[in-house]
Amino acid sequence: MQQWLDDLIAGTAWLQALPTGLVYTIGILVACKLILLFSSLLAGEVVWLERRVSGRMQARIGPNRVGPQGLLQFLADGVKLLSKEDVIPATADRPVFVLAPILVYLGAFAAFCVIPFGYGLVAADMNVGLFLVLAITSIEVVGVIMAGWASNSKWAVLGAMREVAQMISYELPLGLSALAIALLAGTLNLTDIALQQEGWLWNWYVFRGPFAFAAFFLFFTAALASLKRAPFDLPEAESELVAGFHTEYTGFRFAIFFLAEYSAMILFSMLAAVLFLGGWSPGFPVDLTGPAARWIGFGILFAKTAFLLFVMIWVRWSLPRFRIDKVMYLCYKVLLPLSVVCVLGLSLQVLLGEVLWGDQSAFGRWLMGLGVHGGIR
Amino acid sequence: MSPGGVRGAAQGPGGLVPGGLYGGGGEPAAVEFHERQELVGRDLRTEEMVFNMGPQHPATHGVLRVVIRTDGEVVRALQPHVGNIHRCCEKIGESVPYYQWLPYVDRMDYLGAMCNEHLACMAIERLAGIEVPERAEYCRVIVAEVQRILSHIFAVGVYGLDLGAFTPFLHQFRERERGLDLLDHLSGGRLLYHYVRIGGVKRDLSPEWLDELRAFLDAVERRLPEYNTLLLHNRIFQDRTAGVGVIDRDTALRWGVTGPSLRAADVDWDCRRDVPYSVYDRFDFEVPHGHSGIAGVVGDCFQRHWVRVREVEESLKIVRQALAGLPEGPVLANLPASLRPPEGEVYVRAENPRGELAAYMVSRGKDTAYRIRCRGPSFSNIAVITEVGEGTLIADLVALIGSLDIVLGEVDR
Repeated sequence: MQQWLDDLIAGTAWLQALPTGLVYTIGILVACKLILLFSSLLAGEVVWLERRVSGRMQARIGPNRVGPQGLLQFLADGVKLLSKEDVIPATADRPVFVLAPILVYLGAFAAFCVIPFGYGLVAADMNVGLFLVLAITSIEVVGVIMAGWASNSKWAVLGAMREVAQMISYELPLGLSALAIALLAGTLNLTDIALQQEGWLWNWYVFRGPFAFAAFFLFFTAALASLKRAPFDLPEAESELVAGFHTEYTGFRFAIFFLAEYSAMILFSMLAAVLFLGGWSPGFPVDLTGPAARWIGFGILFAKTAFLLFVMIWVRWSLPRFRIDKVMYLCYKVLLPLSVVCVLGLSLQVLLGEVLWGDQSAFGRWLMGLGVHGGIR
Repeated sequence: MSPGGVRGAAQGPGGLVPGGLYGGGGEPAAVEFHERQELVGRDLRTEEMVFNMGPQHPATHGVLRVVIRTDGEVVRALQPHVGNIHRCCEKIGESVPYYQWLPYVDRMDYLGAMCNEHLACMAIERLAGIEVPERAEYCRVIVAEVQRILSHIFAVGVYGLDLGAFTPFLHQFRERERGLDLLDHLSGGRLLYHYVRIGGVKRDLSPEWLDELRAFLDAVERRLPEYNTLLLHNRIFQDRTAGVGVIDRDTALRWGVTGPSLRAADVDWDCRRDVPYSVYDRFDFEVPHGHSGIAGVVGDCFQRHWVRVREVEESLKIVRQALAGLPEGPVLANLPASLRPPEGEVYVRAENPRGELAAYMVSRGKDTAYRIRCRGPSFSNIAVITEVGEGTLIADLVALIGSLDIVLGEVDR
């Protein structure tokens, strides 16, 4: 981002006349606006995708009236929600009630600033990018507790309670499986992680050995749980808790919760694509770092993200919901030990690979090749 | 905010009991919970919350209101409240002529209207000593079993919805709509038919309708394994239902539970086989009942679901046999314009999709009944949650209520 702005200033005469700080500020604001637009418009489209896919799965049609194939349905929904009465319950804790959806949305949205949409297409190319994503998305929990508490409704409190228990628990396997990739990559910078996976398909981190392969599925499952997607949608289990923590929210405040959920879905799908599925690498050696080619890279990353989003929707409409004790069981007795094993296994793989072959992934590829060979035989 | 949690709960036990919410002085008496305060460790005290689950709650299948007292997510005590949809069905029957009562019977259990009509007609016929043509009996069995199939696949799908699986719910609607169309073509109504009449049935079954029926039966048979893939054989579904809400044999008998819920508790009892009415004794069918050979504990939610799925298969068998043996002849007996049964009383029972529906009817020789009293299976089935629901999680309570497959219209009548 800074590099790009510097280039812009160097190349444009009238920008050089302005103070550099001002140009930076404006640039950052514009980038924020772009990300905001991207994430919220795309979230709207993901809602449409979800409704169409679920329609297909359920032998019905889904929205197809507003715009081509119903693509603009989210605009119609947004207008409807904006025109609704904004109800704040009389017993609610007003300031907290109002602040909660903003905080929830902030958590989902702010993390986009470190996600590389393509080479160089990143608002802040930080060397702690991965860490920042995991940290910022945790803010969402606070917003949810606030929503549940401030509503002063029992269903909302119960929903918030479930949410907190679930999200805080699933941070552990989520963080550990992401850490496994950080071990392989040796960096937390998401652009670097993506760049390391360029080249052929087997350079993708998901194919760098059995432990990395397992880590992908652990990451995806834990992400589903911390996104409150079915089968982990207990915090808003509509048949049990009415609507969980946002029971008392109406109109656009409700829409913001909705947008935040879908933004977070996009965020985690993108993160999984960058960490495990090679980022913008198409699976064969091609240079996508050029000023024009990076937009092709963006398209490839977007396709991978869309696929992961589709899987999330697919899972949601296929499975019943877990019970809270099963969710905790799955987290602490299955996912957590497995992700620890993954981290240990990957450390061993990196160590052995470096010592014996001088390539950290060689040992893992050898193991994986053995597995594939065995599978074919 | 008060430090105790939600303000209502901070008022202590009974903070939001119905008296406070509704202002009615008399009602809290019905909510007698034993006081219980849990001490967790030495310093941390958890408080119990009183929830009003319903009458407008997605999982209560209508207007059931359950007042539950929870400790966190654990239900410590609960009390179902009924009466929100009372429509005086029995009382109306005492003031209108016998012929005119039948449409009201449809509305008791609106998912089993054909079976309700069947029972009401049987009661009146036995009271008046009316002989029903044989073909009409076969027609009645066919429509009653189609109704049972529709009701059971609906129950199976809705149970998925209760557990958070939306897809099977809409999948079963595809077959259900087909079945509703079928009954619509026969009777002119989608849910409330008024097809079974005193002394027979309204219309004869046409050959075209019978073809339509056969296609429907094939469709259900083909789709049933699909529903099972989505629910019965699903690991999460089994986790959610196996061993949950166990109504054992003793409890089921004590509370008067009937229907699939009774059979799931390993009580081999089905009115169609054990007190045969109509022409059910001519058909060969099994009565599925819960046992330890399938997943889960005898009498748990899973087995109740399983019994329903198996009963759909048996109903398909019965309809096919009835189709094969369908005799020729009239479908409606000749009856006087005003029916005046001789003095007397009858008690008739029938196996409805939800359990044993029974009617007690007294005649004093007038053209209206002197007294009518119905026994709705949903009423006694829902009562059992008072005992079984204690100590479960809220999610399990939803699974329990869903697995009993109640219709609130029949609870209150």
